[in-house]
Amino acid sequence: MPNGEGAKAEVLQGTLDLMVLQTLDTLGAQHGYAIAARLEQVSSGAIQLNMGTLYPGLMRLEQRGLVKGAWGTTDANRKARFYVLTAAGRRELAKEREAWDRMAGIMNALLRGA
Amino acid sequence: MRTLREWLDRLLGTLRTRRADADLEAELQSHLAFAAAAAAAAGAGSGKPQAAAVTQAMDAVRDRRGLPWLHALSADVVFGWRQLVSRPVVSVAAILSLGLAIGATSAVFRLVDAVLLRPLPVAAPDRLAFAVTWYLDAQQRLDYYDSWDYPTYRRYVALVGDRSDLLLVGSSSLAEVTPRGALQPERVNKQYYSGNVFGVFGLQPAVGRLFGPTDDLTPGGHPVVVLAFDYWQRRFGGDPQVVGTPLRFGGQILEVIGVAPEGFTGTEPGRAADLFVPALMNVEPLDKPGWGWFRLWIRPRDGVTVTSVEQLLQADQLREQREALALLPPDAPPQRIAAIKSRRVELQPAGAGASAPQKDFRRPLVVLASLVGVMLLIACVNVANLQNAQALARRREMALRVSIGAGRWRLVRLMLVESALLAMCAAAVGTAFAWWAAPFVVSQLSTADDPIRLALGLDWRSLAFGLGLIAGVTALFGTLPALRASAVTPIDALKSGGRVTGHRRLTHGLIGAQTAFCVFVVFIAVLLVATFARLATYPLGFRPERVLVVEADAPPSPEGPGRWAAAVEAVRAMPGVESVALAGWPLLRGNRWRADVRAEGQPPQPDPAYFLRVSPQFFATMQLPLLAGRDIRAGETAAEIDAQTRPRDGVAVVNESFAKAYFDGRSPVGERVSVEVRPRIRATVEIVGLVGDAVYATLRDPIRPTLYVPARQTGTAALLVRTAGDPEAFAPTLRRALGQARPDAHIRLIATQTELINRQLLRERLLAKLSGFVAVVALLLSAIGLYGVLHHAVILQQRPIGIRMALGASAGHVVRTVTGSLLAAVAVGSGIGLGGGVLFGRILEDLLFRVSTTDLTSLVAPLVVLAVAAVVAALPPALRAVRIDPARTLRAE
Repeated sequence: MPNGEGAKAEVLQGTLDLMVLQTLDTLGAQHGYAIAARLEQVSSGAIQLNMGTLYPGLMRLEQRGLVKGAWGTTDANRKARFYVLTAAGRRELAKEREAWDRMAGIMNALLRGA
Repeated sequence: MRTLREWLDRLLGTLRTRRADADLEAELQSHLAFAAAAAAAAGAGSGKPQAAAVTQAMDAVRDRRGLPWLHALSADVVFGWRQLVSRPVVSVAAILSLGLAIGATSAVFRLVDAVLLRPLPVAAPDRLAFAVTWYLDAQQRLDYYDSWDYPTYRRYVALVGDRSDLLLVGSSSLAEVTPRGALQPERVNKQYYSGNVFGVFGLQPAVGRLFGPTDDLTPGGHPVVVLAFDYWQRRFGGDPQVVGTPLRFGGQILEVIGVAPEGFTGTEPGRAADLFVPALMNVEPLDKPGWGWFRLWIRPRDGVTVTSVEQLLQADQLREQREALALLPPDAPPQRIAAIKSRRVELQPAGAGASAPQKDFRRPLVVLASLVGVMLLIACVNVANLQNAQALARRREMALRVSIGAGRWRLVRLMLVESALLAMCAAAVGTAFAWWAAPFVVSQLSTADDPIRLALGLDWRSLAFGLGLIAGVTALFGTLPALRASAVTPIDALKSGGRVTGHRRLTHGLIGAQTAFCVFVVFIAVLLVATFARLATYPLGFRPERVLVVEADAPPSPEGPGRWAAAVEAVRAMPGVESVALAGWPLLRGNRWRADVRAEGQPPQPDPAYFLRVSPQFFATMQLPLLAGRDIRAGETAAEIDAQTRPRDGVAVVNESFAKAYFDGRSPVGERVSVEVRPRIRATVEIVGLVGDAVYATLRDPIRPTLYVPARQTGTAALLVRTAGDPEAFAPTLRRALGQARPDAHIRLIATQTELINRQLLRERLLAKLSGFVAVVALLLSAIGLYGVLHHAVILQQRPIGIRMALGASAGHVVRTVTGSLLAAVAVGSGIGLGGGVLFGRILEDLLFRVSTTDLTSLVAPLVVLAVAAVVAALPPALRAVRIDPARTLRAE
């Protein structure tokens, strides 16, 4: 796990929200552990969220009405709380994604650029 | 913006998803289960201590779930409340003193708001103005009158044209009305309005219709009346069938056409109107120049400024001045010329209405508000001292909090929450007090024929004021002690018996400020009470006891001589009557009649002389001593102009001031003087008698040369009756007898002469009472404050005092140590307070009578009072200090 600790420290609040929203958008309804596992997998282990970061984040999103949580059962018939995107959440994701793309474009141009 | 949004989201989220702890924990446990399963699948052991991870995450989620500061705040409130309850005596004392002050402040605010500030419920009140004329009064002081006559109104309407609406807004007057089916007439407040008033005010009727320009075209031709909403509710139970009902006013019958909207009580704060009548129904004064009976209101059309209308009216005023100056005799005294030239028209804002109570009570209310505000400051200082002492006593608690990691802001908040709780309790007490006090003050200002009616409703304005007051008061008395208490360092406070630095400076400052406020209030109160005392004991020159006054109108018909005389004879024959006389109006009624008088071979007097019409027996009835010559005889007449506008000579009795001014103190009996009966027309008056000086229109007017001339037998007159017994008990009998003797007469007022005098003292009595009350409370609070601080100082310094005494310090030395520097603060505060009082006294000058702010007595009295209070307050703590037993104190630590 190269640079694992460093990467973890850099999970900013705004990007965590964006990552969680994007994950839910891609995979549909997911429970907390699955979201964390997915992020770890996608980042090749660079991002490992502990419970103290993940669940307050989910709660914040739920309070803002961007996701909705409900108890359900997994394929393996285990109880878990599943989160889905709300309509507001989808709108927010589109907006954040666009903002991110723009920002990344600017940074790219700046760092590599002419 | 973003933070606000998030905060709102969180607040909403808190309310929307209140997930239970158990639910959260279940979710976290399920997470761990997934993690364990995944780890097992990967073949690795569990890496973390799981229970700790759950607890940690739970804390993070819980913080996220609610608003942490809200929880902390509610904890502070509970803690603060426990603190207050744990020292009930101190808390109750603080709440009561603060409550009294808050209550008095809110009561005065309600009065000030109702009389001076609250905008009328009409369209665009800020565009309304009313016209006043400034002039120099007999004492050479600038004053204004705001009453206008109808011919001037007509002229102004033509002059202003379509630049502005000119509204005739009748001065509210008492009228006796008999609704259909009622046996007794009842008194109501009536206002005459020109036809455009309701339209310009943008008012819609509650029932029926309001009168408009077409209802105000022919004099006497529109017998209609609009009821005020309150009167409609009170008298007719809100019955919509009231439209069409006839109301009888003496001989006039008016038909109700509608009801004004709720909340509109006329244009005069303090004189809520009951009825509105078209202006042209007031037929009698329509063609009489100089008969003022209404205010002139103005609302400029769009694009026209108030100033431009004012200039138009002022130009007309200047033209009138030139005419008046041309009519003056060539040797007219310069004061009269100056008085004419001083006249100036001004348009004043009318958005909050215009009324006599407004004019009369503006300054007293400002004075009252200042005194009450200062009293509130004193109460705040007191509570600040209490809180400060508490903070000191709680230093260890605070130090402990700091040492386990509480930030400074946290401590300040803790103390401020406690202070706010105190302020809210005090506000509750104060609201109850104000609820009672404001109407009480209003009732003190009312008289039977001049009731003050104010809308004192509790609305958002008083609510906002109350909340602002709580916040302000909390900031005032809570901030300093909170900052001081929070400035502890753990080491300092945990050391036992550590010295307290900075505390004394704050306390001394507070005591000094409190003394300054207190001396200020006492000083002003002394001035106002002395004014009342001087006016109340002012020599009148006549004896008002047992004199009953009846004011009556009779229709102005040529009934021939002897009509009033016959009524006088009828009353004289009644048992219980000692003597009866007539006068143009009673003494001390506020009316004045002045004219220029010349004595042959003497230079013209600077001021005109006063005139009063009286009948034979007037001097005997009023017990005004006749010094020389004789009384007026039946059949004698005053110098005036007859029906053919020819001057007619007459007789007069004059007072001592007249003899002094016109005849160098010689007896003027038998002399002749000339009187200007119309501009440039003079008649001769023969002086037949000399009487002592007596007050005339008001108590405050200096006594002036006065001529008593024979009364007329028709028109308005005052009947003066000296009774053998209680004059008030005699009033109903007299009313009946007069009704039989002159059935055409309409009685306007029956009152005792003493009542008329008291009425002149209404304002002064009220100010004296209230300022006296405020001063006593201020003294009490200051004394309590001083006592508390000294008492506390002695307890704090027990050890050093004990050591000094053990080393042989004398009792006097100990007392000086304890009280010395505090008394110095008191002395400095007194000086500042006195200085402030003298400055403020300038504003007060008009309200004072024969009292000066620089009198030695007015300066010394408050200091003596304060010194006594200070000594009384300082005595018990000083004694306590002296009685400290060194051995016990030193052993105690």
